[in-house]
Amino acid sequence: MLLQRFLIRLLTMAITLFGVAVVVFVVIRVAPGDPIAMMLPPGATDADIARLRALYGLDKTIVEQFFIWLAGVVRGDFGTSISLRQDVLGLVFNRLPATLELAIVALLMALAIGGTTAILGARERGTAVEAGIDIASGAALSIPDFLWGLVLILLFGVLMPVFDISGRVSPQLDLPFVTQFYLFESLVRLRFDLTKDLLGHMLMPAVALALPLAAIISQLLKQSLKEVLDLDYVVLARVKGFSETQVILREALKNAALPTLTLVGVQFTFLIGGTVIVERLFSYEGLGNMAIDAVINRDLPLIQGIVLVFALLFVLINLAVDMTYAVLNPRLRHG
Amino acid sequence: MNAAVNPCLDIRSLSAVLPNGVRVLRSVSLSVQPGEVRALVGESGAGKTMIGKAVLGVLPPSVRIVEGDILLEGEDLGRLQPKARRTLMGARTALIPQDPLTALNPSRRIGPQMTDRLVRILGWSGQRADIRIRQLLDEVQIRDPDRVTKSYPHELSGGMRQRVLIAAAFAAEPRLIVADEPTTALDVTVQKQILRLIAQLQREHGTAILFVTHDLGVVAKISQKVSVLYAGKVVEEAETAALFASPQHPYTRALMAATPRYTNPFASLKPVDEAVLAGLASEIAAADQAWRRPHG
Amino acid sequence: MDDGRISRHGSGAKLWLAGGWLLLALLAALFAPLVAPQDPLAQDLMFERLPPFWMSGSEPGFWLGTDSLGRDLLSRLIFGARIAFVVAFAAALAACLVGSTLGLISGYFGGWADRIISRVVDVWMAFPPVLFAILLVAVLGTGLSSVIIAIAVIDWTRFCRVIRAETMGQARMDYVENARIAGYGRIGIMLREVLPNVVPSIVALLSLEMGIAVIVEAILSFVNLSISTDDPTWGGIIAEGRLSIHQAWWVLVFPLITLILTVLSFSQFGEGLKARFDPVLR
Repeated sequence: MLLQRFLIRLLTMAITLFGVAVVVFVVIRVAPGDPIAMMLPPGATDADIARLRALYGLDKTIVEQFFIWLAGVVRGDFGTSISLRQDVLGLVFNRLPATLELAIVALLMALAIGGTTAILGARERGTAVEAGIDIASGAALSIPDFLWGLVLILLFGVLMPVFDISGRVSPQLDLPFVTQFYLFESLVRLRFDLTKDLLGHMLMPAVALALPLAAIISQLLKQSLKEVLDLDYVVLARVKGFSETQVILREALKNAALPTLTLVGVQFTFLIGGTVIVERLFSYEGLGNMAIDAVINRDLPLIQGIVLVFALLFVLINLAVDMTYAVLNPRLRHG
Repeated sequence: MNAAVNPCLDIRSLSAVLPNGVRVLRSVSLSVQPGEVRALVGESGAGKTMIGKAVLGVLPPSVRIVEGDILLEGEDLGRLQPKARRTLMGARTALIPQDPLTALNPSRRIGPQMTDRLVRILGWSGQRADIRIRQLLDEVQIRDPDRVTKSYPHELSGGMRQRVLIAAAFAAEPRLIVADEPTTALDVTVQKQILRLIAQLQREHGTAILFVTHDLGVVAKISQKVSVLYAGKVVEEAETAALFASPQHPYTRALMAATPRYTNPFASLKPVDEAVLAGLASEIAAADQAWRRPHG
Repeated sequence: MDDGRISRHGSGAKLWLAGGWLLLALLAALFAPLVAPQDPLAQDLMFERLPPFWMSGSEPGFWLGTDSLGRDLLSRLIFGARIAFVVAFAAALAACLVGSTLGLISGYFGGWADRIISRVVDVWMAFPPVLFAILLVAVLGTGLSSVIIAIAVIDWTRFCRVIRAETMGQARMDYVENARIAGYGRIGIMLREVLPNVVPSIVALLSLEMGIAVIVEAILSFVNLSISTDDPTWGGIIAEGRLSIHQAWWVLVFPLITLILTVLSFSQFGEGLKARFDPVLR
């Protein structure tokens, strides 16, 4: 039953990705303006333009171009970036780790903040503490990551300049890394000085991304915790002598977390979508920042590649959440 | 103080109110002697479950105790710090809940749910707790303890789950068990077995039970003493045999008349007499008036 | 019961506060030429980076100070509200019309229509929305209509998903069955019986979407891809403020406060309206 569910999800995933490929391809090709013209110095001849168009396959019909590109994608060949004149896949893989690290740190923060406030709010239900948490999470939820980023830049970049608000790592540092997963590698190599520098740069953008998600987790988890805390088995645990905190952690949290989990999956994809502008805001050298440059430079192959990688990430996250849910839920597991 | 002369549970003029000022308990006094089964009988809404919850310290946050004390073996629970109170209650009391379907955590296996009090609160070793649980599962006539302890609740029938809950309640040898309508949610055939099981374990372990029920038939089978509750007020208190032989209060008589099995199994089921209820209502309204004056 | 009453009191106050701010901003936008103290485009290098009125070095008439080109910040914010509200109303309405219609069809008729629409929504949800918006505006060319079209094209799915789910819930109700027995046609039932019941949700989403549209416009301006004329926009002012943050923090602070208040107000206003008109919640 699990396998069947997995295969169905895999199929819909493929259909979704194909749809994304079609949409982004069509959208880009209807663009007015010639990307080739921008690449050439003024005074290039028509023959030069034609040669370059042929080189990038832009002289064929849109349907031909699509299938040539798709065939390449299936082989792992996403084409060559027009503005950077490098292999698209190489460029994307070079930048993706930075974005993934940022997104994961933000997710962990959101889980920590949201989880703690939810548990605290549920334990202190009906008190001023809960009311305060409600107000804070309401504000955190209504204000999008872009605005949070700006608020953080003002607070901690200007008024109290304690954190870095630009870049991924201090430029004067020597980096011994062989992969692009700087944070992960700094931990593995026990170079905690670098970890500290990386986290210092990551903190502000990560908080900006985390706050709306933390608010959603907090509200949802608190609500389901409060529902679970009225159930008989929780009352029984109190009778056994467990404190309210123990009761929440041991008895209520797992059952209350299950409905929250599915939503966190979708919301995590929103968070990753948010990295595009937040990376721009903090000049963080990730995939999203590169994507905006690619759009501004009309770099068609690069835009296609990045959008497709983002889409792949999104559907993979949804798949992972769906499978985790199926595995964690004992009733589903035992059919 | 000498614990031997103290009742196991002593409730002294306990009153509780809802946020809207409605009194749910009106100066309730009752006691349970060691090893005794005290039935608490009344219609739904009479406040009998509320008393059980008050004893165990698990009243909903909205219900507020405004007067009275609860003493467990002479110890005033209201005077204890929350942590001390929890530890004391965990060691000396237990609950057999009403609905075995909702009283077990669906995402945890049965075994840990039975042993967690012994290990985490009372500090037993895991091994000792396991042995104890097997012993109790045997007493409630569960023949395949391995399978049961490894199961999730949804894999067991309602009767099995109630047996598990009974075994868990007796496992720590509590002095007092609150049984909150433990047979109501079960099939009629299973009800009898479960009731017999509780009675048997109670005799063997010598545990005092506060048995909350709406069913006079159950009262007759299991209890030595009865308190009859109406609208949060104890209207009659007697030895079980004496109560059935000569009920004193009109409400008790009405309740018995409404339960045909004992007076006459062939009589049709009669609702509690309206005139009796009207009399009680005015009596209680007068009491409330008198109660409100000194309390503002 | 009691909780409900308390929270409804709270939502009433929030509704008035949010509505008040939106009305103020709307009036400022409508009568911008009358209320703005200065010409928002007038540059005066004598008056560059003037601080707001309470700080030393401020000049009368430039209440919130000036930017690095000496343009009056308050006047630019007031004129920026015009673009913000045009985008908010037009984009949210367009997204609402497309999304709600598809959501109603998908939820009420089910079957193939539902399957196709849901698949398309899935594809849309797999795009990073900000990147999609930037891409669309880049493709369509900068300008007010491009911004509006881009936001509508991206955000119709929000309406579609919610309205589909609610319609499916409503379509199972007895009154729909009764209407069918009474001989009404399918489309008639959809419009007459189902639509009115999902209107509270549509209104709440519409208000929320207006706030989101304001933000997306600001983001597009921030990456220099919005309407690309000299007309001041909130996002454009923010981009300018981000650059001169160490010299003139107020150029970032005031548009940021304006944006936050506006976004909060749109979402609270929507929720408040829904609470007021939803027969179930009431």
